[in-house]
Amino acid sequence: MKHFMYPKLVASVAVGVALAVSGAFATAHAQKKGGELKFVVPAEPPSFDGHRETTFALIHPIAPFYSTLIRVNPSNPASPTDFVCDLCEGSVPKPTNDGKRFTFKIRKGVKFSDGSTLTAHDVKATFDKITFPVKGVASARKAFFSMVDKISTPDASTLVFDLKYASGAFIPAVAMPYNFVYAKKILDKDMHWYEKNVMGSGPFLWKGRSAGSFIKGSRNPNYYHKGLPYLDGFEAIFAKKQSLRVQAIRGDRAAIEFRGFPPKSRDDLKKALGDKITVQEGDWNCSLIVTPNHKVKPFDNPNVRRALTLAIDRWGGSKYLSRIAIVKTVGGVVFPGHPLAATKEELHKIAGFWPDIKKSRAEARRLLKEAGVPNLKFELHNRGVDQPYKIVGTWMIDQWRQVGITAKQRVQPTGPFYATLRKKKDFDVSIDFNCQSIVNPLLDVSKFISDDISGNQYGNYQDRDLDKMFDKMNRAADPAMQRKIMRDFEKRALDTQANAFVTLWWYRIIPHRSYVKGWKISPSHYLNQDLANVWLDK
Amino acid sequence: MDARSESQSITGVELEEPAKSQSWLISVLDLTRRQPLGAAGAIIVIGMIFMAIFADFLAPFDPVVNNFEMMHVAPSAEHWFGTDQFGRDVLSRIIFGARTAMLVGFVSAFIGATLGLVLGVASAYFGGVFDLIFQRIMDVFMAFPLIIMALAVVSIFGTGVENLIIAITIPFVPRCARVVRSSALAIREIPYVDAARALGYSHRRIILRHMVPNVMAPYLIMITAFVGQAILLEASLTFLGLGVQEPTPAWGLMLQGGAEEYAESAPWMAIFPGLAISLAVFGFNLFGDALRDVLDPKLRAQ
Amino acid sequence: MENAVYQYIVKRLFLMIPTLIGAAILVFFLLRLIPGDICELRMAGTGGYFDKEALAICQTELGLDQSIMVQFADFVWGFITFDLGNSMWTGQPIAEEISLRFHLSLQVAIMATLTAIFIAIPLGTISAIKQDTWIDYLVRAFSIAGIAMPSFWLGILIILGLLIGTQAYSGIPWMPPIQFVPIWEDPVHNISQLIWPAVATGYRYSAVATRMTRSTLLEVLREDYVRTARAKGLLEKVIINRHALKNAMLPVVTIFGIEFAFLMGGLVVTEQVFNLNGLGKLFVESVGNHDFTMTQALVMLVVTIFVFTNFIVDIFYAWLDPRIRYN
Repeated sequence: MKHFMYPKLVASVAVGVALAVSGAFATAHAQKKGGELKFVVPAEPPSFDGHRETTFALIHPIAPFYSTLIRVNPSNPASPTDFVCDLCEGSVPKPTNDGKRFTFKIRKGVKFSDGSTLTAHDVKATFDKITFPVKGVASARKAFFSMVDKISTPDASTLVFDLKYASGAFIPAVAMPYNFVYAKKILDKDMHWYEKNVMGSGPFLWKGRSAGSFIKGSRNPNYYHKGLPYLDGFEAIFAKKQSLRVQAIRGDRAAIEFRGFPPKSRDDLKKALGDKITVQEGDWNCSLIVTPNHKVKPFDNPNVRRALTLAIDRWGGSKYLSRIAIVKTVGGVVFPGHPLAATKEELHKIAGFWPDIKKSRAEARRLLKEAGVPNLKFELHNRGVDQPYKIVGTWMIDQWRQVGITAKQRVQPTGPFYATLRKKKDFDVSIDFNCQSIVNPLLDVSKFISDDISGNQYGNYQDRDLDKMFDKMNRAADPAMQRKIMRDFEKRALDTQANAFVTLWWYRIIPHRSYVKGWKISPSHYLNQDLANVWLDK
Repeated sequence: MDARSESQSITGVELEEPAKSQSWLISVLDLTRRQPLGAAGAIIVIGMIFMAIFADFLAPFDPVVNNFEMMHVAPSAEHWFGTDQFGRDVLSRIIFGARTAMLVGFVSAFIGATLGLVLGVASAYFGGVFDLIFQRIMDVFMAFPLIIMALAVVSIFGTGVENLIIAITIPFVPRCARVVRSSALAIREIPYVDAARALGYSHRRIILRHMVPNVMAPYLIMITAFVGQAILLEASLTFLGLGVQEPTPAWGLMLQGGAEEYAESAPWMAIFPGLAISLAVFGFNLFGDALRDVLDPKLRAQ
Repeated sequence: MENAVYQYIVKRLFLMIPTLIGAAILVFFLLRLIPGDICELRMAGTGGYFDKEALAICQTELGLDQSIMVQFADFVWGFITFDLGNSMWTGQPIAEEISLRFHLSLQVAIMATLTAIFIAIPLGTISAIKQDTWIDYLVRAFSIAGIAMPSFWLGILIILGLLIGTQAYSGIPWMPPIQFVPIWEDPVHNISQLIWPAVATGYRYSAVATRMTRSTLLEVLREDYVRTARAKGLLEKVIINRHALKNAMLPVVTIFGIEFAFLMGGLVVTEQVFNLNGLGKLFVESVGNHDFTMTQALVMLVVTIFVFTNFIVDIFYAWLDPRIRYN
């Protein structure tokens, strides 16, 4: 493998930024070129179209083939606010026209893998497909772009977004990793072409696929970020069983897995391989939520719902559960560590987060008795996946047992689970989750607003006050104002109304082979996956 | 004893049984001597049933209560089989798990085999078009992949012990029906039945008094085979996430939960449930094997 | 060929048709009883936003908004014309999706069957000859242990054993390859992946076959003509080899025939444990995804294999044992 001498200045700045901001380890070697990265993916994506799919199983094997307009900073992916240009030039533009206009300059000289040149027209066609899909075309994240009024291209290298109102949620939406940039001439002919075919401008070229087994990519020699990618190629291997994925890393059949392993697997790998394993961990932009069905008695009574959340010892549970499950941090509706998130003191004031669990449980019992259901019995509807759903479910049943509530688990495989949540609604209380890619709390909390507005609220309720707060928050330009409304929103959603409640936030643990360098962990398993910066120290 | 069963299978006529429990005891001991494997199997089976019935008294701890102070304790004086990731005593969960295993095993085996018996005998007796159609239906259910059937049943009706039993019972019916049918067919052909019909004996009498006793042997053998298979099926289906759910103690569930994750650091979590399943199935199979040898006169050593 | 045999064959061929039709009806309606919807699953993913419009679009695309009878007619017509159509989940042609997995399942099935044969026949024969001696007990206990162990437990133990063992021995943990490569492309990779599940599965199946070999051999050894042969003074070995074993093969062949059909598509748990990209895995996935077209195609494939295997075994029987033909 040749030693590759990257222009030293840029390299040292990047490294310095990484050290200073993310605190991650920095490498003293220069990046080596060559080698094939093998990694394991838990599932295979149903199609290759990023605009259509919502599963991370699409991102891991397919993102390396495509470029996006902007993205999280690959050297600092843990930051929820640090975005950089991918296909645009310079830095991410600031809005003009009272915050309603964003003008992007598109890079010149970018080529698709079929040789054609990428221009602003291609980017416009892409975002048209996402924001204003024609009849018959599915766009999974259309709602994230509801603030967009018009997209235009004054010339071949300028792209202009005009918004209906200023919004702090626009840039994070554009940075979402699913916004693969497609070629206009292909979209004009067939909007569905990209579902079964891959043709992008990213760091890797399509090399092949074995259905159910693997997807391969090889280096794109004409990649516009000069000097990248370091890898000769990659192989994404599909393996459904978690323990097998862990063993694959141990037996060096794969070098890394990009979703996350439970704490015990990390410990086992470390014990077995010592230095040959590096562990990166951090908070995950996923929360495990409990959603009572407001149309089922007695869960229509907010006090009963409050009792449910008061019974749970989150602070104590976090200590133990973080040893056996992929959950850890206690937090409210906002991603812990985000500027909009509640501090520990603020959390202590919310039901279910009180520092004194005995007092909390006594209050829970009192509320149940008052509501006339001291020995409440119900079924907890859960998803048939171990980590962390079933484990946390088992723990919660034990928590509720301690205030006299008897709960039984009703577990369903993913398909029927969603059918029950979305359509049939024949559940008492259900476990649920809220996973997002880019940390975008202003939009992420739409999980709690009325179900005729929210796309993913399953508790069967409308809460107009909450809707109003949500709207105000999203239109507030001042972060301090946003934060204040967010606190009110949180208090109402989790405490006074206890519409649904957050149990714990997930925790991402990635133990990988130490020879894999250049990949940095982020709060989401959807981010920073184009593999351009990854290199093998072998 | 040879002559008696020999004649029973040919003519269907019952002869007098030797009376008194004394000879019953003697024949049991005799059997034990001649079928040591079967006796071992019988002891295991009885032991499992005992555990299932008296679980409340035998188990030292509550199998369901979480105790995070005692996570992953290795086998010790207090916890003979150690604890799992929720701090629950593994031995207690195994003892209570016997209850689930025996329940699922016996109920599905019995219902499946009995339904198979009824259908198989009816099909053999009435013959003709009914038999032809019935055989095709049984063929369809036998050809249909077992796991998919179980998956479908559980997906439609939900998880839980009752639905699991249904899912497991379904594949047993055609298998038992087929075996019973071929045994019953042997009776069907003999002139005795035609003579009986000519004399005016009802269908019911002929079936119950003459055909059924003859298919008793394969029927009983199938039941013991089915119990073992049911226990394994329960383990497999739970492994796939379709069976019993937490926190109910069940052997298959114990293997599925964290057992693989902790296989290295806490191997007792995976070893003991696996042993329990293996031992139970082993016992039932040994017993069934010996039963087959005893009931099928053609297999006895001269 | 004799007229009676010809008639027998034709009759059995005809009898396959209702079985296939029955299976088609069963799978079609069973699948549609399962609650859930493939389009919702596609959009479900992260629990994030999804569009009700997108749902309707998806349903139309997949033909799910048509009436049940139309869908059934499509299905049956597709089967008759060998046009399996496209998978609802991926949109790719089903024939392509299945062929690779079929290849793997077939190879594992063959390897497992060979393993089972090499274990069962010698063991069953020994057990029958030495009936009720300690050798017999040992063999029976050994084979029953094979059925008694949960297959996934065995698989987990194998992989873990390999990892720990190789690390203890050479310092570097080794495990079988996790992605499938056809045998002609890389035989070493292929065999080192498939040998383990083949042996694990083969051991299980040998148990049933051992028992069957033993019991039929016992039965045959007592038949009159064997007694006559013994009376004539033929050597015991010759008796066993020539007369007894050949006739004992009948039920054994039946068992292999039926179990082989089961091996294709029934090894769901084993495939999960060893990460094999086989038919069983495809089955479970497509049922979980509510991919009707794929599941239907797979079920019809497995049922067809089963029915044909039975048919061939029946013909084999008829050829070997004339009494059956005249039934």
